[in-house]
Amino acid sequence: MIEVRGLSKSFDQVEVLQDINATFKKGRVNQIIGKSGSGKSVLAKCIVGLIRPTQGEVVYDGESFQAMDKERKKLLRQEIGMLFQSSALFDSLTVLENVLFPLRMFATQSEHEMRERADFCLKRVNIVGQDAKYPAELSGGMQKRVGIARAIAMQPKYLFVDEPNSGLDPQTSIVIDNLIREITEEFDTTTIVITHDMNSLMGIADEVFFIHNKRLWWQGSRDELARSDNQELQDFIFAGSLMRQVRKALRGE
Amino acid sequence: MALLFHIGRYFMLLGEVFSKPERRSVYWKRTVEEMELLGVKSLGIVSLLSLFMGAVIAIQTKTNIDSPLIPFYVVGFTVRQSTILEFSPTIISLILAGKVGSTIAAEIGSMRVREQIDALDIMGVNSAGYLILPKILATALINPFLIIISMFLSIFGGWMAGVFTGIISSENYIAGVQWDFDPYIVSYALVKTVVFAVIIATVSAYQGYYTRGGTREVGISSTRAVVYSDVVILIANYLLTQLLLL
Repeated sequence: MIEVRGLSKSFDQVEVLQDINATFKKGRVNQIIGKSGSGKSVLAKCIVGLIRPTQGEVVYDGESFQAMDKERKKLLRQEIGMLFQSSALFDSLTVLENVLFPLRMFATQSEHEMRERADFCLKRVNIVGQDAKYPAELSGGMQKRVGIARAIAMQPKYLFVDEPNSGLDPQTSIVIDNLIREITEEFDTTTIVITHDMNSLMGIADEVFFIHNKRLWWQGSRDELARSDNQELQDFIFAGSLMRQVRKALRGE
Repeated sequence: MALLFHIGRYFMLLGEVFSKPERRSVYWKRTVEEMELLGVKSLGIVSLLSLFMGAVIAIQTKTNIDSPLIPFYVVGFTVRQSTILEFSPTIISLILAGKVGSTIAAEIGSMRVREQIDALDIMGVNSAGYLILPKILATALINPFLIIISMFLSIFGGWMAGVFTGIISSENYIAGVQWDFDPYIVSYALVKTVVFAVIIATVSAYQGYYTRGGTREVGISSTRAVVYSDVVILIANYLLTQLLLL
């Protein structure tokens, strides 16, 4: 479980996030949604410690990240897996080397055991026979899947996913979404997904956190979304005509 | 103020770079790879430059000797002194700042804008140490060899130019190269080389590591890496010369 307590962030006197309080539950897909530029990626970066919040703290299973010393932070980060919007695979390493990378840096297993683990992770995301290829030789969807394989290589307790469907076709997006869902259940991770893809939201979200006007404007389960009277949330979720049809169907109109 | 900010951040980055590596074997493997990329692959340009510079120094020295009182072996002596004292350690380092420095800044800068450095940080890897330390070690270890090769080739280039154009005999040239040789100047040159290698690697890595933006900014970082490395090398050259030769 990850708790965010009173988190605020400003850049050069410009406030981006204001007093965010949220609890991201274990074994659940927690989705942070909001317009482009609303600060959801900044929130994610504050949670993983890439950006230092101006105020507030992030608590990982009862332990404040801000209060940890450097070594403890390093150890905690070995329990974090992250899939970046751009996949962020190391382009001078092959697919297999990318997945082996965190294992070679931190694992105490033999090379054979590490190789077995990497093979397992690649098979888990349905990447077979691509070991020797470089990231640039893969499609966007395959890069995302390799990114997921790398993120789960160290058996993380916390999984962060930034815009998993950006640049992907609808079918591939569903594959990636389902993979995130399955991995969350299988490895019992605290999963936080940053997205503005409504299909993904409706498909895999357990808990939804809507960032608007620098604040956590609304939070609740996916089922509560359609029933919510929050105007800003409704305007955001059901902006498209297709989603308006979905709302009608959900409300039985 | 901006200069102080960059100097402070540069030394803070170095603090990160020299902190304890996560796994020494991985760092060492990367150091060997970097030695090939940054050192061995520079051998061609270093050899070419050295041969021709030695040749040019020999011809220019000979053509500028007017007085019959100046012995011919001065050509070999001048080529040797110019090569060992300045040309090989300083000019070759300035050339390497262009080749190696831009490569380092572009590589690290690209990793920054493609979020690969963020990925390293999130994994708990000391990204500064992992990316920069092997480059510092590689350049500091391999550049002295490059410079020694450069010294030999430059002196050989002078010999070729002198003998083949007939401006000086082989015996006179070799006598000049051997005349009044003080081995200390080689130590002085190698000390400079190692310092310049560290400057090239760290200044360029600094520019790449703090790149913000996209591909255009990566290009700007590469250019800055070369310019700032050159400026710092020139300042360091003056200070080291004063310290070690006076």
